[in-house]
Amino acid sequence: MLPAELTPESFASYPPLARQLASSHVSLLQQLPLSFLPLLLREVIAYDWKFPAERRDLDNQFSYLTALSRDQVAQAMAPFARLHVSDDLIRFDWLNSPQQFSEKLTAHLWASHQIDAFRSASIEYISKLNAATPQAAPPTHRLGIAIVGQGVGENKYPLFRKLRPQGVYFTNVQPENGCRILLDTVAARAAAQPLPFGHWYIDGGSNEPIPASVTSVCYTSLTPVRTTLVDKMRRVMQPGGGGPEVLRTMLASMRPEDLGMTGWGDTAVLNRFQISILTEGSGTQLFSTTFVQWSAREVLRRAQPLTLLARFAPRVREQSMRELLAGNRQATTPDPRGSLVDADMGSYYTWINQQRLPGADQARFLVWFEGHREALAIGPNLSRGAVEANPTDLKGIVDRLA
Amino acid sequence: MNFYRSLLNGAGSPREMTQAVGTHRRDFLRSITGATAGAALFSLAPLRALALPRTRKVVVVTFGGGARDEETFMPEGQENIPHLLNELIPQSTFFTQVVNRGILGHYVATASLATGVYETFNNFAAVPPDNPTVFEYFRRELKRPASDAWVVAPSNGFNRIGESDHRGYGRGLGAGVILPKRLLAAALSSAGEGQYEHLLRDNYETPLYTPELSGNEIELRQMAEILKLSVSDFTAHARSLASPDELSVYIARQLMRQLAPSLLWITLHDIDIAHSGAYSLYIEGIQRSDRLCAEIWNTIQSDPEYAGKTTLFILPDFGRDSDNDAGGNGFQHHRTGDPLSRTTWMMVLGPGIRQNVVIDRAVESVDLVPTLGSVLGFSAQLSHGNPISEVS
Repeated sequence: MLPAELTPESFASYPPLARQLASSHVSLLQQLPLSFLPLLLREVIAYDWKFPAERRDLDNQFSYLTALSRDQVAQAMAPFARLHVSDDLIRFDWLNSPQQFSEKLTAHLWASHQIDAFRSASIEYISKLNAATPQAAPPTHRLGIAIVGQGVGENKYPLFRKLRPQGVYFTNVQPENGCRILLDTVAARAAAQPLPFGHWYIDGGSNEPIPASVTSVCYTSLTPVRTTLVDKMRRVMQPGGGGPEVLRTMLASMRPEDLGMTGWGDTAVLNRFQISILTEGSGTQLFSTTFVQWSAREVLRRAQPLTLLARFAPRVREQSMRELLAGNRQATTPDPRGSLVDADMGSYYTWINQQRLPGADQARFLVWFEGHREALAIGPNLSRGAVEANPTDLKGIVDRLA
Repeated sequence: MNFYRSLLNGAGSPREMTQAVGTHRRDFLRSITGATAGAALFSLAPLRALALPRTRKVVVVTFGGGARDEETFMPEGQENIPHLLNELIPQSTFFTQVVNRGILGHYVATASLATGVYETFNNFAAVPPDNPTVFEYFRRELKRPASDAWVVAPSNGFNRIGESDHRGYGRGLGAGVILPKRLLAAALSSAGEGQYEHLLRDNYETPLYTPELSGNEIELRQMAEILKLSVSDFTAHARSLASPDELSVYIARQLMRQLAPSLLWITLHDIDIAHSGAYSLYIEGIQRSDRLCAEIWNTIQSDPEYAGKTTLFILPDFGRDSDNDAGGNGFQHHRTGDPLSRTTWMMVLGPGIRQNVVIDRAVESVDLVPTLGSVLGFSAQLSHGNPISEVS
């Protein structure tokens, strides 16, 4: 099938909101090249389960494209249209399986040495899109919080090295009641600026109590889902199970109900998000530190929240070969020190991802070594590359960030 | 529009960025080693400072899963590579820009390194390269026996890397392939010691285990004959090791001791645990690879069959994504195709190789095979690369 053959009825199998969105833009979709259109449809087909910020971005993109004349669309799409798409891809059911198509297109672009041209075309397109549809500043400044180092006693690893040039490194923070102070900060912001999926709490261990106005994701509570998923993945990868290609197809089509998750409305949206974390993220199924870091990245990229608290917990220890050979299958032994190093890098990546959002110049960020006296804060009112050794507590730092 | 929205942050052209990567390495290396610019030497000194021995040998060490500058050559990463910095680089000619323009998957990229052509097959399929490998050029043109070319590699598909299915070369002309992890698993299984499936995990992108392969790697009984290594000794030694790469280097040493191959290719893979997203484990992989490279060089220097006549090439197959490319997730993957993920480095050590020299000009991954041809004396006529003049 070619894009020019699309009709409103082509989207009959799409979920309701997605079908409405696609059907109302058929004349535009008919003009888009096959190296571009399925990637757009990949977003459209998931519209019913997207966060408000994602829907807004997609709506803006359609507004941008529909405002262009036919010649302007052709001009905007020319770099994509120049890419050669194989006959196999043309024959593929890209309309109903755009996710799987994008996997195959990626492989094709790499194999045919067109990935760099695609990359350039993408950068050019997004630059024009962003220029035409500037994103509005958030209603209040964003606040990102990372809590690292749970379970670590004495530590010699130099923390926050990559973040220190950006803000104030506090070396004498009262650690008492620190988690509760930060959770209450998130809750207070959610109460002051109630937005669906606007305030998040991600925990690599077990969730602490927090109001329902804060969207909460927890590694431990997903254990049954993770176990079921990993079992399915292993079965596919065993001899005769189908191998990596089948696995990718399986993961791309995985639904929450396949893993025992049910719910409607916002619950369904959150379920879809959690499944995406486990099926699209490498290592999220096994390491809690990776789960938290990748979840924070995806929350920031997709939901564009006003507030995010990411609390890292110890992941399981990776066993050495000699331990495995000795039969020490201690798969659940935690590795707090290694996890601290992982989380330190994870907090840096969380800050980077927050800075990619609108309003970055006003955004605040705080990372705290849980149970210890070290913290680092970044904000427009704070110095860069500074060190403060005066006694303070997390409430005091949060107040300075406000 | 996640697929391409996230690509926005790539400032500058790929070529500019690649040059910037190389410049970082060059400046840093000069600051710590006092290394000399290669270009300045060309007009002053003959290419070869030393008389070359008649019988040359080559050992190639590749990292499956590149290490970024931040964790290696930049100031904050120095602590992770003390052996490369303090022992090997001062003895080497160091290339700051080795650009891989092919597919950034480990098997297909290593195959491209071994053929001198950017291979395009499915990275996860256990298939032979389409183009002749360096082992086939070497053995056919120099009429070398099968015992003179070997590959020691991780398991994932690498069992087919020793020999292409090219009509003019291929069958019977390639290298022997040893997959130590698979041998170990077979040894343990034959001894009735249960299942050690975790040992076979070599694709860290998913929590998976390698499916059964059918290829031309040596089997357990052959190992005892070829390496003069009993299964019990093999498993006993394996129990003392921390990682699969240590096992690979152990096997490589056995090969060097028993067969002294003239062309030995070792692919390390521990660093690729970065795909799991655990930064600390990625760093440990870098530190281990650093130590193992030094051990390989020391083995070369202490073995009479190799000392004074062996050229060592060390290079990652490619890099990893930068922190600043929104399309990736930093160190974890190599999916964006950004300049940092495509640009890596290479060091060359041995007789006739100038020491403490930094080469700034960009070379390509596919230049390795014709360069090996120049060193060993064969032509890689179907390769798409060019001999690197500074070491040829």
